[in-house]
Amino acid sequence: MQNTANSPDQALSSAFSPLSVPSSPLKPYLVGTGIGVLSWLAFAVVAQPLGITTALSEVSGAVTGLVTGQDFVKANSYWAKTIPAWDYGTLFLIGTLLGGLLGAVTARGFRIEWAPQVWTEHFGASRPKRFAAALLGGFLTMYGARLAGGCTSGNGISGSLQLAVSGWTFMAVMFATGLATALILFRSR
Amino acid sequence: MTFPLTGDLALGIAVVFGTLFGFLLQRGGVTDYNVIVNQFRLRDFTVVKVMLTAIIIGGLGVLFLIDHGQAKYHIKDANMLGVIIGSALFGIGMVLYGYCPGTALAAIGTGSVHALIGSLGMLAGGIAYALSFDWVLAHILKVWAFGKIRLPDVTGIADPVWFGGLILFAMVIFTLIERAEAKKAG
Repeated sequence: MQNTANSPDQALSSAFSPLSVPSSPLKPYLVGTGIGVLSWLAFAVVAQPLGITTALSEVSGAVTGLVTGQDFVKANSYWAKTIPAWDYGTLFLIGTLLGGLLGAVTARGFRIEWAPQVWTEHFGASRPKRFAAALLGGFLTMYGARLAGGCTSGNGISGSLQLAVSGWTFMAVMFATGLATALILFRSR
Repeated sequence: MTFPLTGDLALGIAVVFGTLFGFLLQRGGVTDYNVIVNQFRLRDFTVVKVMLTAIIIGGLGVLFLIDHGQAKYHIKDANMLGVIIGSALFGIGMVLYGYCPGTALAAIGTGSVHALIGSLGMLAGGIAYALSFDWVLAHILKVWAFGKIRLPDVTGIADPVWFGGLILFAMVIFTLIERAEAKKAG
């Protein structure tokens, strides 16, 4: 009786659990469909396409303001347009972090990770080394995303789904330099 | 109720939609550094599967909404020099970091300490961009600036044809990937 009641739940959770072996081959397509449907809602309900880095620029401004004072931030020509505030974009960032936590906890996938497997195989388990690469990589992704007008979400998904020239250019160039970087970085194996 | 929603209600929805987004990214496996890096090493095609599916499903729905007056386009400026240099830096950064900005935030939620450290790099990148913005605006963003253009505008090929082509492209790519993965597993 109890088994019968639980089985649809178990089937669903095993289809979605990153720990289940073998994981459902349909999962990436289901998740892609989910993100697509979320885009419909984002366009129709709030007129705010999925995106991350505009709001992250606001956080950068807020952090800068703590050090320099608000006048410096207000005088900056970029932050004058992208005003640091608790607005739709920055609250969406909080949600994204919470969503990752929720997904991990409900799939028993929450795990403190200092250095990931592929990295460790090539560069060892040194935490400072991994952190240095993450810092530099984070810097380049953010500066690049702002220069390009958006990241994988804002340009790659939201831009491309509207058939924007900027979105598809982003996809092509980002994959090209990413492939080249991976080739150089992980050439040893 | 009139759409789009604004004010406090929209702020609440921001948290809900953000949570759904982060949850989907985690369940899709793309909050895992190894999955993202292995995409660029051509050993794992999860990122391509998720993104291409999201673009096609999202694009068809948004096109329908726009045709029925329920949504409008939000196109980014095609400042092509900026887009090309920025995307090039982004691709390099994404492989070093092992995350893009959205997957990084969701990965922090899953317990990735190096994603958290890298997010400080992202904040620094945001500060550097704001501080260099006047120069960038004058010297980069105004070069090859074509405005808010879409592929149908540039090519004269209508939206449904683009999506038809994209679906065909995706079906070929997905079939090739699934066959290769089945062969590898079997």
